[in-house]
Amino acid sequence: MGITLDAKTPSGPIEDQWNNHKFSVKLVNPNNKRKFTVLVVGTGLAGAAAAASLAQLGYKVKVFTFHDTPRRAHSIAAQGGINAAKNYKNDGDSVQRLFYDTVKGGDFRSRESNVHRLAEVSVNIIDQCVAQGVPFAREYGGLLDNRSFGGAQVSRTFYAKGQTGQQLLLGAYQALMQQVGTGACELHTKVEMLDVVIKDGQACGIVVRDLATGEITSHSGHAVLLATGGYSNAFYLSTNAMNCNVTAAWRAHKRGAAFANPCYTQIHPTCIPASDEFQSKLTLMSESLRNDGRIWVPKLAGDDRPPGQIPESERDYYLERIYPSFGNLAPRDVSSRAAKRMVDSGHGIGTLHNGVYLDFSEAIGRLGEPVVRDRYGNLFDMYQRITDENPYQVPMRIYPAPHYTMGGLWVDYNLMTTVPGLYALGEANFSDHGANRLGASALMQGLADGYFVIPSTISDYLAGLLGNPVVPTDDPAFTTAESGVRDDVARWLAVGGSRSADHYHRELGKIVWDYCGMSRDRTGLDKALSEIPALREEFVTNVRVPGGAGVNQELEKVQRVADFFDLAELMCRDALEREESCGGHFREEYQTDDGEALRNDDDFCNVAAWEWSGNPSEPVKHVEPLEFEYVKLTQRSYK
Amino acid sequence: MQLKLKVWRQDGPEAPGRFETYDAVDIKPDMSFLEMLDVVNNRLVEAGGDPITFDSDCREGICGTCGVMIDGQAHGPWKGAATCQLHMRAFRDGDTIVIEPWQAAGFPIVKDLMVNRASFDAIVSSGGFISADTGAAPDANEIPIPKPVADSAMDAAACIGCGACVAACPNSAAQLFTSAKLAHLNLLPQGQAERFKRTEAMVETMEQFFGSCTNHGECHEACPKEIPLDFIALMNRDYLKSKLKNRKLAGQVFP
Repeated sequence: MGITLDAKTPSGPIEDQWNNHKFSVKLVNPNNKRKFTVLVVGTGLAGAAAAASLAQLGYKVKVFTFHDTPRRAHSIAAQGGINAAKNYKNDGDSVQRLFYDTVKGGDFRSRESNVHRLAEVSVNIIDQCVAQGVPFAREYGGLLDNRSFGGAQVSRTFYAKGQTGQQLLLGAYQALMQQVGTGACELHTKVEMLDVVIKDGQACGIVVRDLATGEITSHSGHAVLLATGGYSNAFYLSTNAMNCNVTAAWRAHKRGAAFANPCYTQIHPTCIPASDEFQSKLTLMSESLRNDGRIWVPKLAGDDRPPGQIPESERDYYLERIYPSFGNLAPRDVSSRAAKRMVDSGHGIGTLHNGVYLDFSEAIGRLGEPVVRDRYGNLFDMYQRITDENPYQVPMRIYPAPHYTMGGLWVDYNLMTTVPGLYALGEANFSDHGANRLGASALMQGLADGYFVIPSTISDYLAGLLGNPVVPTDDPAFTTAESGVRDDVARWLAVGGSRSADHYHRELGKIVWDYCGMSRDRTGLDKALSEIPALREEFVTNVRVPGGAGVNQELEKVQRVADFFDLAELMCRDALEREESCGGHFREEYQTDDGEALRNDDDFCNVAAWEWSGNPSEPVKHVEPLEFEYVKLTQRSYK
Repeated sequence: MQLKLKVWRQDGPEAPGRFETYDAVDIKPDMSFLEMLDVVNNRLVEAGGDPITFDSDCREGICGTCGVMIDGQAHGPWKGAATCQLHMRAFRDGDTIVIEPWQAAGFPIVKDLMVNRASFDAIVSSGGFISADTGAAPDANEIPIPKPVADSAMDAAACIGCGACVAACPNSAAQLFTSAKLAHLNLLPQGQAERFKRTEAMVETMEQFFGSCTNHGECHEACPKEIPLDFIALMNRDYLKSKLKNRKLAGQVFP
């Protein structure tokens, strides 16, 4: 079909590519910028930063969020920090090292050119955020503090208490609200994007549903930016917010945007295990806890004694045992899988045997309780509030949970999808993290895309449209898309089945978690690929959506769940066809003798970009080969 | 646990509201309050009923989306916790729980327990920012910021914009919210250039939507982030100064 994957990687030495590219793109002169309307969907870090920056440049911006205010986006929940190659600590960090760490951490499944650009602009992000008033942690001399995070060998992580995502998002939100106040940017809250409108092969607008009134309307623009986040909620239980969904990205996919590497999902090692089947979401405990906590399980499978009664000699500090050099700080994918192996082999702890211990008694003995309280007090309080257990006295129970998705809409170097005029930013795209994202890099990528990449690349496309008015919303392209959305709404309201959308979401999530979670194999994936369509069949005929076309949260859910069904199938197919293990994608069949991920660089050093065929079970695969010129392909080892 | 819920139901902004009673059966003490509502809603949906509309998102107390009055208290009985962080072990078997939306003219009801808090956005967009267009920033370490200043700014910036302060206030005043944003920006060196313009604009925008502060302190008691009342004093001082300073800028008074 019509998809060609041209990454538009600039030529020249990698350290010059971004500058050369900025010089070579077409520009729109300042007086002409106001002639262009840009639609931005999503107001997390990437969306708010892009909307604010484009409005500052003089473009007419319309921004859309399904929240009641842009400040609610789930970027706000990021705890740990944001990486930048500032080398303020004089510990040998550099753009080159952040680039290298990110490519290696992504297990060699990202584009070198994109990652290098990310490392370059990381330093500008910190400058920008400080200028906006983001209250990063400081040393007593007044300079910025840094910490080492997620196993990095240098201290390059900037943070604002345990609320870095909140503070960065508020910075971007405030910049956005300033533009809204001046009229440069038009804000639409409580609206959900349900379709992308394409005319003559180019994205020309969107169809949205107002969640506070039920009204369905169209908006036209010269370009559409999707900054709508990731799809971890395909697992039902994840650390994502309740409303995080794949609908905007999926509707774009159905309109021709290729979806890349959907099987690359990240499972965060330190979350609070589920307590019962009505659990609505999982809570993440900051990874920083692994700096002082020791992870263990009883050596004896099925040992149900309280942790205090299990003597040292009968405990297995398995991360320290298997990975002596990294120990409890082993990367996310490695520690998550190790925890799963422990639980699967019967060593799980707690009444449901679904966790491992994270024990601070050694740290409390070494540092004293006041120091531990100072470092982790808020996290300990949060844990106690949820579990009613005091982590100063008994070890925390933790278990991995879906957290972030590296896959997403395929984009080129300009962040444009395979549909001209349609862009994807932040977690919604696939580009920079490869098969595994490093800690404190999500915030960096979201803001890089929004503040620095898109404002420089979008003009290359818009310049070619100078003089073209936006497509009017009474054009058949819009009216057809709108009536499609209306028909969908009517169809869901008319099903009249007996089970809730949540019920099917939970059932779907179990399949995806069991067969396409922390480790996958052919048998399980084949099973998932037959179970998902069967469950979908039941879902579309037996779901019950009460209420009408006005405010209706069940109607919102059912449409999101429908898209998760299609996406889940694609995740499993992608996982099945990627016959290797890399980063967050671990196939049981492809591992080294000591159980580590075994890549197959001969056959799978590539991006799998899937094209929608009209049938969720028959997607078309396209491949973008990846070349590594600057970082040598090596086996990751954290021993 | 077996509980009774008395829940405010209202079909739309203009529609009359009423309390409806629901049984919440087989509730586990480890459930969060909103999971309890999920269970009740799920049963309502599958029994052919109309589920209760309420807002929530992150369910870990940081996004500020959730918030209801529980037995007359904003976010319920636990101090320093948002509604989503409240767990059912806060209640006793057999309790009747009264659940109402935030009630304030500045927060019109959308449906049931869901309210519209766009007034908070209006306050921020009137001045709750530091003008720093993307790309123009100097090196981040150019301006040293004393740690106590950065820490105070962070304490103020911790506000999640949930609106509990307004809901808890007998006057429906938004002083705690507005002063937290002002303190965050006005304490920092980067925020000085626009300090008094910002203060005047935000306070006066606030007054278009919300009542006056009469020092009850209920806002602080209800605040899930326990934002200190001191920031209100700082705002009042800066507002007074702004009335002089801003005239000075207009050339009406000598320095």
